[in-house]
Amino acid sequence: MLIRNRGPARHCAAAQASGVWVLVEQQHGEPHDVSWELLGEGRRLADTLATPLTAVVAGAAEHGLEAAAGRAVAYGADLVRILEDGVLRHYRTAAYASALAGAARAHRPAVLLLGATPLGRDLAGAVATDLETGLTADCTQLAIDPESGCLASTRPTFGGSLLCTIETRARRPQMATVRPGVMPRPEPDASRQGSVIRERVDLAEHAIVSKVLAHLPEPREDGARLVDARIVVSGGRGLGRRENLALVRGLAQVLGGEMGVSRPLVQAGWAAHGRQIGQTGHTVRPSLYIAAGISGAVQHRVGMENAEIIVAINTDPDAPIFDIATYGIVADATSLLPALSDAFSRARPDPARAGEGRRYG
Amino acid sequence: MAMHSVVCIKQVPDSSQISIHPETNTIMRQGVPSIVNPYDLHALEAALTLRDRHAGQVTVLTMGPRSATAALRRCLAHGADQARLITDRAFAGSDTLATALVLAHAVAMLHREQPVDVVFCGRQTIDGDTGQVGPGLAGRLGLDPLSYVVEIDSLDPASRRIVVRRRLGSASQTIESRLPCLISMLEGTNQVRFGSLDDVLRAERAEVPRWSAADIGLDGSEVVGLKGSPTRVRRVFAPDPVERPTQRLETAEREPADAAAILLDALARGHPELLAELVGAEVARTGAGRTGLSC
Repeated sequence: MLIRNRGPARHCAAAQASGVWVLVEQQHGEPHDVSWELLGEGRRLADTLATPLTAVVAGAAEHGLEAAAGRAVAYGADLVRILEDGVLRHYRTAAYASALAGAARAHRPAVLLLGATPLGRDLAGAVATDLETGLTADCTQLAIDPESGCLASTRPTFGGSLLCTIETRARRPQMATVRPGVMPRPEPDASRQGSVIRERVDLAEHAIVSKVLAHLPEPREDGARLVDARIVVSGGRGLGRRENLALVRGLAQVLGGEMGVSRPLVQAGWAAHGRQIGQTGHTVRPSLYIAAGISGAVQHRVGMENAEIIVAINTDPDAPIFDIATYGIVADATSLLPALSDAFSRARPDPARAGEGRRYG
Repeated sequence: MAMHSVVCIKQVPDSSQISIHPETNTIMRQGVPSIVNPYDLHALEAALTLRDRHAGQVTVLTMGPRSATAALRRCLAHGADQARLITDRAFAGSDTLATALVLAHAVAMLHREQPVDVVFCGRQTIDGDTGQVGPGLAGRLGLDPLSYVVEIDSLDPASRRIVVRRRLGSASQTIESRLPCLISMLEGTNQVRFGSLDDVLRAERAEVPRWSAADIGLDGSEVVGLKGSPTRVRRVFAPDPVERPTQRLETAEREPADAAAILLDALARGHPELLAELVGAEVARTGAGRTGLSC
């Protein structure tokens, strides 16, 4: 095994770099929503720095990268660089990292942002190593420090109990991955103009040791979509009986969300580990988290307390979950859950009464 | 043909027992027990499973203070064969870029002693939570990282081919790669075994060799520790506690249907966009007025 160390002399210095780059993450032609959120944030940073915003779209010809480039412009990019090659058909770290690092080395952006998705985190780690630069993971706020002009990346630390702000002073690009669903998604403007440049991708298939034998867009594993879910309904010990987990699943289905559970339910064998939220399970940050019959032990809270809105349902008025809830309801989850499923179903707009005004209740 | 796996682990504070000082907003670490990063135990079990199938050795490796020896012993008690601690003041303040470089030097050193076939990592740590060291380490070693692996489907020591399944967000991939390779295991894919009584006794007595910066060829180096770390923590602060005032909804004595309506009503007033998304509606132009409890 050889050690690749380009050494401090190989990184790009601050004075040589300019521009904000955002990677538009896509797999098989499906851009990840976090890309548009990043473009909104990137636009703000680029305006502060008075520098152009560039979107980078990487993939293969069959992914329809032009369409993604068009959307990137609508979401705020001034320029789109397309990295297109058959080698980029499937995500493989070495191939994507080589393409992205190559482009960054050629054009020297000051800032490079990726989504803190599994793919984005993996890719960012590899690219930052290749470019010998600083990378801050899973940020929830980005700003430009008014004095230094550096990117100030803020992220939760110690299981979300504290925040820290991290800067990369001397090297470029300043890299960060950003938690999906945290930055607001801008309104796309179809009339925006931007230029599209096709970059040369110098990659040979034989140089990439990993080969993708199969790609399944729909995973069969339980709970695989929890992490990216915008709505999570979770159940805990307060459900009392295993059968009552169906009530949690039912509400999750009505809301188009995913079901989660607290650790005791996994230990009791009621649910797969893939459904577990908390320190030893998934960390989620959905728009809405409904905790049904969950007391709110710290081990669970670190996995969900950064949800935008938390609805807690528990029979114990002193349960710690109420300390972090947006809305707290002292009630038996097993009777409230079906009532909520019913109420949300009935609140859907009825096409027959369109124009009559909306009713929620 | 026997496999040599190196499992990179980290000793972390048990975050379920960390609390924040209410006045100073600093972390109260005193008395907080240290554990092996839970994600790393999935990596360890994957390495032990590989040893079950192909025989060979499992080496656990960590960078940290001398007290991190306890975490290594824990892994020996789970069944690992040997452990190495990389420890040096020169490494203090290393960020993920510098940490990956230190680990790479140590893996290369182990490789010289006995060729390494697979380097295992956990998906991320529960304290740093970055997930950046695995791909960084792979990059330093010139390996294509296989991240978020759910299962090793097959490994043929003769042809050096390995097939793994991994999860990438909402997709899964089956990948064929070659040894040596770096695998980061997804959480929840296995459960670390209890070691035998022999393992437990051996773990207590075992010698855990320590490597300094000089031992792995990084003496006086500018590329590790604070000097070798491009990132700097500028500020640590507590999140604004008034961000989310809890609103208790008065539902006592109410029928479940009424209690549900009270919640929907509260959402309609406080979070109309969210409610609209939940019920698949556009946000009512009239704003977030009272919507009535007529179910």
